[in-house]
Amino acid sequence: MAGLELLTDQGYRLDGRKATELRKVQARMGVFAQADGSAYLEQGNTKALAVVYGPHEMRGSRSRALHDRAVINCQYSMATFSTAERKRRPHGDRKSTEMSLHLKQTFEAAVMTQLFPRSQIDIYVKILQSDGGNYSVCVNAATLAVIDAGIPMRDYVCACTVGFVDETPLADLCHAEEGGGVSSLALALLPRGGQIALVQMDARLHQDHLETLIEAAMTACKGVSKVLDGVVRQHLHEASVHSRE
Amino acid sequence: MAVDMRLPTVIKAMSLSVSAADRKDMVVPGDVITSDTGFMRGHGTYVDEDKLTASVAGEVQRVDKLICVRPLKTRFNGEVGDVVVGRITEVQQKRWKVETNSRLDSVLLLSSVNLPGGELRRRSAEDELTMREYLQEGDLISAEVQSVFSDGALSLHTRSLKYGKLGQGVLVQLSPSLIKRQKTHFHNLPCGASIILGNNGFVWLYPTPGQQEEEAGGFYTSLEPVSLSDREVISRLRNCLLALAAHKVLLYDTSVLYCYESSLQHQNQNRLHWPTWCLQGNGLVLHARSVQTLKVNR
Repeated sequence: MAGLELLTDQGYRLDGRKATELRKVQARMGVFAQADGSAYLEQGNTKALAVVYGPHEMRGSRSRALHDRAVINCQYSMATFSTAERKRRPHGDRKSTEMSLHLKQTFEAAVMTQLFPRSQIDIYVKILQSDGGNYSVCVNAATLAVIDAGIPMRDYVCACTVGFVDETPLADLCHAEEGGGVSSLALALLPRGGQIALVQMDARLHQDHLETLIEAAMTACKGVSKVLDGVVRQHLHEASVHSRE
Repeated sequence: MAVDMRLPTVIKAMSLSVSAADRKDMVVPGDVITSDTGFMRGHGTYVDEDKLTASVAGEVQRVDKLICVRPLKTRFNGEVGDVVVGRITEVQQKRWKVETNSRLDSVLLLSSVNLPGGELRRRSAEDELTMREYLQEGDLISAEVQSVFSDGALSLHTRSLKYGKLGQGVLVQLSPSLIKRQKTHFHNLPCGASIILGNNGFVWLYPTPGQQEEEAGGFYTSLEPVSLSDREVISRLRNCLLALAAHKVLLYDTSVLYCYESSLQHQNQNRLHWPTWCLQGNGLVLHARSVQTLKVNR
């Protein structure tokens, strides 16, 4: 039985994309009125909702407050209906905790936390439909939500998951590609300066290919940043029209 | 019992004509504002290799040599003299912690409140133990910002008869950027209710008090029943505020009043939803979008 061809001879992938093509990105900011910042982002079939509260006074244990910076508290969870099989434990399991830590690391690199001593910023991301590239979609959605909340950041944080098949890097993997034995690497980037906030890889890859893969990931992230930029500018234009009276 | 149902509809953005002169300088985080080193950096900017870069998404404001970026939405940044409406979250030793929609909870010191009876004396240990009788967790107060601590927390005071604990009324929580700065934030509206427009975005609507209680000093809260007509006025005002906030209109006593007056055309059974209004007055033209299946009387 022939297996799924992740990359045909003509250069097409399972969903008809070329190797360096990203999925369609659609996003909207300010979807919740009650939160400080919120955003909804779809990248192909993966849908994520990000909500940001803060900066506000530390809730819970005061001892965890940092005297010179804000604490960023991230929570990643997946809706029970987000995967093909109903998820038994949407949050609190090891994968979610690990993702939450990755998100925290990523945003600590970008958010200017030293402006808010002793306060706390909460970032909650929920995956509503999971079709690969979960971490990247979360980071992109959370970036929009943080911008919506008016929290100062050095730059956008854009992320993309890339894989390596047949000596070709594939950008923005979907679920079938991720599960198909592809070595996947997730990268979060601050596009303007080209600074990498986080790189994560669980698979095995020959070290000669690493540089090509990272280059491909950075190019893909810069592509995502252009789309996010358009979304933010559109939102600014719409939302600011009336506040001058 | 009659049930109200609304089908979800797309609320189209109002297309107000923006003249070319009003075109604002919009920036996003990471945008370079200028490479000229002669400018001072204000809020919302940072310096990256001698280039002044924006750190929030908003419009650039230039005042002489100072450049700052004002984001669309932000937590309340208090300044000395601002009137705020806040909720007590904690009772600590010699002070209360007040939540005012800012980055850190504000502080109300025991020495900054008026004692009942308007006495002026040193606060004793007795006063410290009876703090909870005056203000408890969950109480609403109106206060003024006395000073700002170095980490950004506000210090409030209620040392005036017009500030103090709030009694019966309705609280509306909005964004601080929608409240216009004025000389006074306490208004007795001619429609029969009173309003406190807190700078932190919290707006308090309450029935106009009958006679002024001189010895009150914000300590005494009236628990007498409020008449139905007053309650209707307050509900209508609340819906006006929510409608104006949804369309990002600057809030001050006149704009709220115009909105209220034009909403009087719509009498309805239970509650005002999002009526279509067209207000005209002093060059102020507001359009609000209506939702399907309203029980608005024709």
